[in-house]
Amino acid sequence: MLDYVKLLILGLVAVLAAIAASYARDMLYMVHMILVMVTASGLFLWQLRRTDEPVPAEVLETEYMDGPVRVGVILTAFWGVVGFLVGVWIAFQLAFPQLNFDWAQGYMNFGRLRPLHTSAVIFAFGGTGLLASSFYVVQRTSAARLWGGGLAWFVLWGYQFFILLAATSYILGGSQSREYAEPEWYIDLWLTVVWVAYLVLYMGTLIKRKEPHIYVANWFYLSFIVTVAMLHVVNNLAVPVSIFGSRSVSLMSGVQDAMTQWWYGHNAVGFFLTAGFLGMMYYFIPKQAERPVYSYKLSIIHFWALIFLYIWAGPHHLHYTALPDWASTLGMVFSIVLWMPSWGGMINGLMTLSGAWDKLRTDPVLRMMVTSVAFYGMSTFEGPMMSIRAVNSLSHYTDWTIGHVHSGALGWNGMITFGMLYYLVPKLWNRQALYSLRMVSWHYWLATIGIVLYAASMWVSGIMEGLMWREVDAQGFLVNSFADTVAAKFPMYVVRGLGGVLYLTGALIMVYNLWMTVRKGVARATTSAAAPAE
Amino acid sequence: MEDSYTIMRVFAGTGGLLFMFLAFIGVVLFIFRPGSRKVHQDSANIPFRHDDKPARRQSGTDRDAHLTEARQ
Repeated sequence: MLDYVKLLILGLVAVLAAIAASYARDMLYMVHMILVMVTASGLFLWQLRRTDEPVPAEVLETEYMDGPVRVGVILTAFWGVVGFLVGVWIAFQLAFPQLNFDWAQGYMNFGRLRPLHTSAVIFAFGGTGLLASSFYVVQRTSAARLWGGGLAWFVLWGYQFFILLAATSYILGGSQSREYAEPEWYIDLWLTVVWVAYLVLYMGTLIKRKEPHIYVANWFYLSFIVTVAMLHVVNNLAVPVSIFGSRSVSLMSGVQDAMTQWWYGHNAVGFFLTAGFLGMMYYFIPKQAERPVYSYKLSIIHFWALIFLYIWAGPHHLHYTALPDWASTLGMVFSIVLWMPSWGGMINGLMTLSGAWDKLRTDPVLRMMVTSVAFYGMSTFEGPMMSIRAVNSLSHYTDWTIGHVHSGALGWNGMITFGMLYYLVPKLWNRQALYSLRMVSWHYWLATIGIVLYAASMWVSGIMEGLMWREVDAQGFLVNSFADTVAAKFPMYVVRGLGGVLYLTGALIMVYNLWMTVRKGVARATTSAAAPAE
Repeated sequence: MEDSYTIMRVFAGTGGLLFMFLAFIGVVLFIFRPGSRKVHQDSANIPFRHDDKPARRQSGTDRDAHLTEARQ
């Protein structure tokens, strides 16, 4: 019965997309509707071939559902490389503007590729990593199989389709000009559908858990899912110009619009890049270190403090604007208070190793995870400092901000995701160990030195830029023109690009290492044959 | 106090703030309630219990068996 409903829906979607494509008011919309049509038709045929086939034996509730995790892990590594590659490319475009080739003007220039880079690393690499790891963690900590049959597949592939639509729209010029939320209205609607399915899947699995307590990693993952749903819906409130066109107009205007945008923007950092990845930290660091988290009490306080505080910090992006003073002060104060939970969480992650510090010498994967927590601490120290109004007057609109974002993204999010991949691949493909620990060490040092080059060059460049912008002569005239600062930044831009090259090289080594782990690794003795390890 | 903005604004700075602050303090006090140590130690060990297969039964029922298993 369900098969026929699926066929009906897929057929309808394909037909409606075909109609929409033929009425399309702009090229981007047409391309997307054709993509929808082709995908829905393909799925229709695939579904048709499976309909009324004998139903495979009822899936045993005695196995975990790791298929979507495996696919998610592969996609995470793939998107990581794509995102880093685009990042390196646009870094060199800034250093050498000739790389904005004439023949690719309007498609491959910096303005088009920049959102492609941010979305590829945050949503494609980070998001897919969060999906895959959350599927894995929620099953292990609930001692239950994923709820909802094939729902996990829908969430995973639905999310990939969102990435495909978003990426193509950046290249073709579709953007609603909201940072980190560039996709237009129909892409937002699709993501809402996928996200609600994700929430239902996650809740369903938690509800049928066999452990009486919900492990803290799941709290963080769940807060990430719930809050992102709320942020996404409110930030993307918009009226489409036509249902047959890609353009839309934001429901809010002026300073309200700006505040909504940065309420979203900062909480995307807080709940996507922090809470979600803290879920990873609270599962994978204890697992890799083979000891429980340092203080479970502290982890609960960490959670609630983060939840109560983060949501207010957004206005610090709008110092010295039309935003009322009280709002920007509120944002600044709450950002400062955020030092407490951030460092509490960092201490909790680091102290999990107490009594096992020697493992850092022998286990480069654990070293990677611990370094990521250290970067979490560093960037959550730097961020509140930059939110102070006086500091912000120097740092805002300069490369310091970009350096800060990357020490968090490359150091914290990147490294913990690499650690997660190194942990999961041998587990998921039933291998005794990784193909090469030396390669992990190489990856570790390339990535770390890459981040140091990146962050250091951006500090120098950003502070120099800020000082040049505010320099006035004895008569009170500005000393430097904007182009002067651009010229002065050139050496730092080259160093930043090189840092990116190192980071990308490390990621490529990781992909090779993971590939060889699956291809050449020695199989673990099957669990059914082995005596309980305990 | 006539427009909705002002009403919201005043509430956010008084009742709302107080409610959130007290709720947070309540959470922290609850975490440190007597007897919570054992519960938390048990929870912290959740990741080490069911690595390969889902549990057959509710963990609570055969809890002690699991605990000895997990603690190695």
